[in-house]
Amino acid sequence: MLFTPEDPNSTAPAPAASCRPWARETVDDAGWRAAIEEIAGRKADLLSLWSDGAHVFMAIVGRATPKIRLVSLDCPQGRFPSVGVRHPPALRQERTIADLYGLTPEGSPDTRRWLDHGRWGLRHPDGEAAQIETASDAYQFSPAEGAPLHQIPVGPVHAGIIEPGHFRFSCNGEVVVRLEERLGFVHKGVDSLMAGAPLDKAAKLAARVSGDSTVAYSFAFARAVEAAYGVEPPPRAVWLRALMAEIERLANHFGDIGAICNDAAFALMLAQCGLVREKLLRAASACFGHRLMMDRITPGGVAVDLSEEGVTTLRSLLEKIGVMVPRVVALYGDTTSLQDRTVATGVLSAELASQYACGGFIGRASGRRFDARAAIGYAPYDALSFELGESTGGDVDARVWVRFDEVRASVEIIEQILDRLPHGPIQADLSAAPGGAEGAALVEGFRGDIFVWLRLAADGRIERAHLRDPSWFQWPLLEAAIKGNIVADFPLCNKSFNCSYSGHDL
Amino acid sequence: MQKFLFQGLLRGALTEPPPRPEDAMLAELGQALERAAREKLGRSLAIREVDAGSCNGCELEIHALSNAFYDLERFGLRFVASPRHADVLLVTGPVTKNMKEALERTYNATPDPKWVVAVGDCAFDGGVFAGSYACVGAVSQVVPVDLHIRGCPPDPVALLKGLIALVDKAG
Ligand code: SF4
Repeated sequence: MLFTPEDPNSTAPAPAASCRPWARETVDDAGWRAAIEEIAGRKADLLSLWSDGAHVFMAIVGRATPKIRLVSLDCPQGRFPSVGVRHPPALRQERTIADLYGLTPEGSPDTRRWLDHGRWGLRHPDGEAAQIETASDAYQFSPAEGAPLHQIPVGPVHAGIIEPGHFRFSCNGEVVVRLEERLGFVHKGVDSLMAGAPLDKAAKLAARVSGDSTVAYSFAFARAVEAAYGVEPPPRAVWLRALMAEIERLANHFGDIGAICNDAAFALMLAQCGLVREKLLRAASACFGHRLMMDRITPGGVAVDLSEEGVTTLRSLLEKIGVMVPRVVALYGDTTSLQDRTVATGVLSAELASQYACGGFIGRASGRRFDARAAIGYAPYDALSFELGESTGGDVDARVWVRFDEVRASVEIIEQILDRLPHGPIQADLSAAPGGAEGAALVEGFRGDIFVWLRLAADGRIERAHLRDPSWFQWPLLEAAIKGNIVADFPLCNKSFNCSYSGHDL
Repeated sequence: MQKFLFQGLLRGALTEPPPRPEDAMLAELGQALERAAREKLGRSLAIREVDAGSCNGCELEIHALSNAFYDLERFGLRFVASPRHADVLLVTGPVTKNMKEALERTYNATPDPKWVVAVGDCAFDGGVFAGSYACVGAVSQVVPVDLHIRGCPPDPVALLKGLIALVDKAG
């Protein structure tokens, strides 16, 4: 369903004047362009760009002070001034808005479809949907021409147990001259499923945008809902949320560090890290009743409480991890044959990481020190102390070291939480839905900041929601980081990024 | 590193020995699986995993099958890189429309006899994504399915149990 101002049957309420906790400004063309200039001129970073069919929205965060601003522009003519033409990181989100909502980014240098492969039987499923006949669209990859160049197409079905996507390598011998990604294979229509969904169904969907970040997504979604309702969850729930988020972060970092080393044929590390990961998942299952802790954070609080026994389980696990970490770090640091593969491989420049506002360990390994837990601050992190990892190396090795730093930080955080966990209820009452209210949240998942915006309908259903994975601004950087490397190093680079396909394709 | 390897030698196998009940169950499962695979197929079973639209949660648990606790390979089951080497396709996800053709082609590239195991609630009926314009839904709507392993995601023990059931059925 599309709500356009000229539609006389439209039942859409006018967009709420304010969004919590960050106010939203309705701007005109000039205001929109001014916001674009702010990000193109590096005064602010682009957090996300999205649509609800009738408007386009932009979330930006200041660089000097990390203050978040939301702006929106009415699009009665179905057009908006392109952000991507001045700020390339917006291009893929812009193409997605065109695919899903049928709004045209005017002046955009890339008008190819992105998530729409021509296989849905529809165009603009979230806008004025139109039936189509095609079985699939042809896709025009960017050319790379010259006598010695050849192309290597890879995917969507890959050789390992990984998500599907297509990579088109243009190579000069073994050296990659250009990599172009084609994603969208796991597009599941989350925007559309969210529109009109009751809160519990919407929370389940949010938890399944990217399974490896299920806690972080539930956390971000719950915070956005609570912001819209104007409700604070009870303190114990807030602390338990962070506990789950840090267990998830630890489990993912261990899994990935092992897998990166395995891609350099160093299986010992995979075995060791795999053990720690499994112990974490078992502890999560013992404490919260689900190995990945899916659906354990709900709007208003958490679904399960942590028992005293659970606290003991976690403490003894932390002790084991405390012994394990220095050994694994030494194993990585002392193995020169391994570093031979990771040092100076897949370098991401600080310049690009900064332009793309690249979040998580990828950004931090290339000198961008942004972490939503520290920069924006949200409960309970504002009451915790932890050190962020940082490097300027930008290579696979730097990303591994930053992950080790994050492991140490998470262990510290979990210790503090276990020491200071408040008592009390774990759910707040969310029964009075303020119709038309908007909420937004930014939460640090293991791979970077996850942004959620949503608007509630009068009956408490979700009217529109937008969930933005950190991978949106990391995938394009993988294309840059692989340039000049040999094809055989691609798995290593790719794994060190470990972008989400499902989170991006949505 | 030598120290690490040496410690590993002294410590012996990391694969969990009994007595914890969960480990006992694992060991029992493993023996049953090995026996069944030998008797029915006379060789090991090669598995090709296909993500046809999963949220990646199912993949995480399928990965876990290879860690030292579960050590899938000791049961004669191993993951292979190509459908042409596979006996079993392990398919996850609500089969997105954008992945439907890739799944069909993977299935067609797998030599007979072959079995399809649909993993996860999404693969069973689309899960929370059922009804989306972008998803086909159940894997069985695209390729014939021999076995469903439910769960969101199914944990490694559930996956192992499912694979035993498959080997039984395959014979
Ligand atoms: S069954 Fe659950 S874990 Fe598996 S792909 Fe579906 S949503 Fe993800």
